[in-house]
Amino acid sequence: MFTNRLFNILVPLISVFLGLLAGAIIMLAFGYNPINGYQALWNGAFGSGYFFGETIRQVTPYILTGLAVAFAFRSGLFNIGAEGQVIVGWVAAVWVGSSFEAPMIIHLPLAVLAAAFAGALWGFLPGLLKATKGVHEVIITIMLNYIALHVSNYMIRHVLSDGGDSSDPIANSASLASDWLMQITEYSRMHYGILIALFAAFIMWFILEKTTAGYEFRAVGFNPDASKYAGMNVKKNIITSMIISGAFAGLAGAMEGLGTFGYMPSHSAFTNLGFDGIAVALLGGNTGLGIVISAFLFGALKVGALNMPTTAGVPSELVEIVIALIIFFVASSYIIRWALLRLRKEEK
Amino acid sequence: MENYVVEMLRIRKEFPGIVANNNINLQVKQGEIHALLGENGAGKSTLMNVLFGLYQPEQGEIRVKGKQVKITNPNVANDLGIGMVHQHFMLVDTFTVTQNIILGSEPKRGTVVDVKKAEKDIEELSKKYGLDVDPRAKIRDISVGMQQRVEILKTLYRGAEVLILDEPTAVLTPQEIKELMNIMKSLIKEGISIILITHKLKEIMEVCDRCTVIRKGEGIGTVDVKETNPNELASLMVGREISFTTEKSPAQPQEEVLSIKGLEVKDIRNVLMVKGLDLSVKAGEIVGIAGIDGNGQTELIEALTGLRKAETGDIRLNGKLITNLSPRKITESGLAHIPQDRHKFGLVLDYPIGENMVLQTYYKKPFSNMGILSFKEIYKHANKLIEEYDVRTPSPYTPARALSGGNQQKAIIAREVDRSPELLIAAQPTRGLDVGAIEFIHKRLIEERDKGKAVLLLSFELDEILNVSDRIAVMFDGNIVANVKPEETNEQELGLLMAGSTKQKAGDQ
Repeated sequence: MFTNRLFNILVPLISVFLGLLAGAIIMLAFGYNPINGYQALWNGAFGSGYFFGETIRQVTPYILTGLAVAFAFRSGLFNIGAEGQVIVGWVAAVWVGSSFEAPMIIHLPLAVLAAAFAGALWGFLPGLLKATKGVHEVIITIMLNYIALHVSNYMIRHVLSDGGDSSDPIANSASLASDWLMQITEYSRMHYGILIALFAAFIMWFILEKTTAGYEFRAVGFNPDASKYAGMNVKKNIITSMIISGAFAGLAGAMEGLGTFGYMPSHSAFTNLGFDGIAVALLGGNTGLGIVISAFLFGALKVGALNMPTTAGVPSELVEIVIALIIFFVASSYIIRWALLRLRKEEK
Repeated sequence: MENYVVEMLRIRKEFPGIVANNNINLQVKQGEIHALLGENGAGKSTLMNVLFGLYQPEQGEIRVKGKQVKITNPNVANDLGIGMVHQHFMLVDTFTVTQNIILGSEPKRGTVVDVKKAEKDIEELSKKYGLDVDPRAKIRDISVGMQQRVEILKTLYRGAEVLILDEPTAVLTPQEIKELMNIMKSLIKEGISIILITHKLKEIMEVCDRCTVIRKGEGIGTVDVKETNPNELASLMVGREISFTTEKSPAQPQEEVLSIKGLEVKDIRNVLMVKGLDLSVKAGEIVGIAGIDGNGQTELIEALTGLRKAETGDIRLNGKLITNLSPRKITESGLAHIPQDRHKFGLVLDYPIGENMVLQTYYKKPFSNMGILSFKEIYKHANKLIEEYDVRTPSPYTPARALSGGNQQKAIIAREVDRSPELLIAAQPTRGLDVGAIEFIHKRLIEERDKGKAVLLLSFELDEILNVSDRIAVMFDGNIVANVKPEETNEQELGLLMAGSTKQKAGDQ
């Protein structure tokens, strides 16, 4: 009845539907009209050019952090440090972008690459420690998140500005912002970064599915013992995978620094882009295309939610609950899987 | 009318796409050991899971002591006095024997578990059936053979009168197998009936009273073990004639391919397991390493293949020093390795079987070009090997996980032999396989030898060692303690050598 492919698409779809349903019930329970609520959510995400542009803006870093988490995951690693890698990437991009001027064709790629490089470095450290000392990457990446957060605030205050709360703005020659994109989206903050994100998704798919290196990454992820037996260098693979993962997350930082903001504010708390990336990767089934789709959903929910309090009077906290419920249903997707299998069996 | 404890009549069980059991009859008499014989995937386990209440049959009836019953779940089976010892034990490592046995049916005094009473009961049971189990020992501290006895005791403690043993000897050493056979004999003396699932004919001939054969899900019939012989059983099971003594011409050893001198290897716990071992394998011969598990064989193989660091010593392949090189360098020097644990080392189970067939060569031409994989070439290669080595798989795109153990092993052998190595190391290549697959694998090993390759065979099955090897190196306590010719020795002598007696003493007895 179902092919496996259909099955893999059906499970996340049902998860999302159940999440929305549960959200509706909660809205009802607190005396809000779920239809109005979801209408406001929809309009807030797609209702006008401005909202649509903002949604795309939000989707851009989500794709990249989703890719970061997924790439590590496919090699058997849990990169919980995408958050810190986003922050260092942001710092590096703004640093390169604001400290000099150069022709755009040099300056912009340089700033983007600096972000990727910084993120890669932030991924390399836990990869190195995992490969050589066996230290679990989750612990190191969590710690590195805090280090990134506080170091970035120091950098903003003392290096990227003269004691201010945000960095100096980047030069125009390093900016991803586009007047054209802003105009057609009624002056949203949408920028060219979405192209970089989509290209990165293609790169991830290509590396993992088509290259010799990807064959090794996936083999190490599935079975490190057999990989070692087959002559693969498991340690090298762990380190490389964390570097690539970190580079993806670093690029997400560049999207914020060079595209959305054009500077870096000091943060009192995490941006959550990296943590949301875990959910994006999970819902997207850790594949390039899946992540683009799930990043789109998360971006739309995030941006659309801003419209719910003003239009429908539903507090934005509730939207976060709905998002959390969707993640919950995805995480427990084996229940849905089981139910579908039962269904399949009975139809036989 | 015969006195049957368990009768399964005309059982039919279907799974989507396949009929696992069709029209199978199994009638077990009170106090007999009844063998259930069949190839891997013939439907033995399915049938027993039906009896144990894990599956519901589509057709047929089950009778216990003449009364028709419906076994809807394992608890019903337990209540009817049917107990099952699975191949993979279900024990809590950190619990004691007693705690494991009473788990789920704890005797209580008030609200407190009465461990004292349970220990006494278990000790008595253990004595009655000659199991010799210490009820206070922790599971993680006792041997695999002992753990199996705990499983048996667990079913007896719950009042089982019919015991299903699912391939119980697969995990045991020859000595432990002997002990298990004795235990089975004393169990039936006490009136217990045993269903023994197996594909080892020798065991059937040794302890069983009757034997029911299944082939490809069909019941073939029941024979009296006294009136049959291994050859008849094998042909009943496989559906064609099987030769046991592998046909081979005398070996013609040539120049030395593998030379090991003074090798020392430590295990994970940092204990020296290989203690200054010397060994030599020549082109055109099969050297079998005999020994009881845990005498350093695993460490030896892992050091040879680069999976484990050697402390000291020289390993040379065709004269080239390969000690402590990376597995890739060693592979490229001309060594192939059929690993002992095919799931852990031999296969990436989530990869398609076709991609598993290039596990060591994926980075070479024509499979990879400038770092890009050529799936066309990979699957062309896979189709060739699948055909040549008769790997039964729905397609080369099927995940390795979905194949039966025998076909997984065939795929590994295809991959390793196809690389045409100078030295082929086969560690327990037929573990858990049925006679048909074993015959196939033995033939391939001998073919390699005849092509002038060196073969190093590690096995815990003495039959295999005696049948296939041209020279036997007996390993004990980290050393080769004897080199014997298979035609000049026998199981008794090998058994003694493996237990550490010297060649001289073994000869005296």
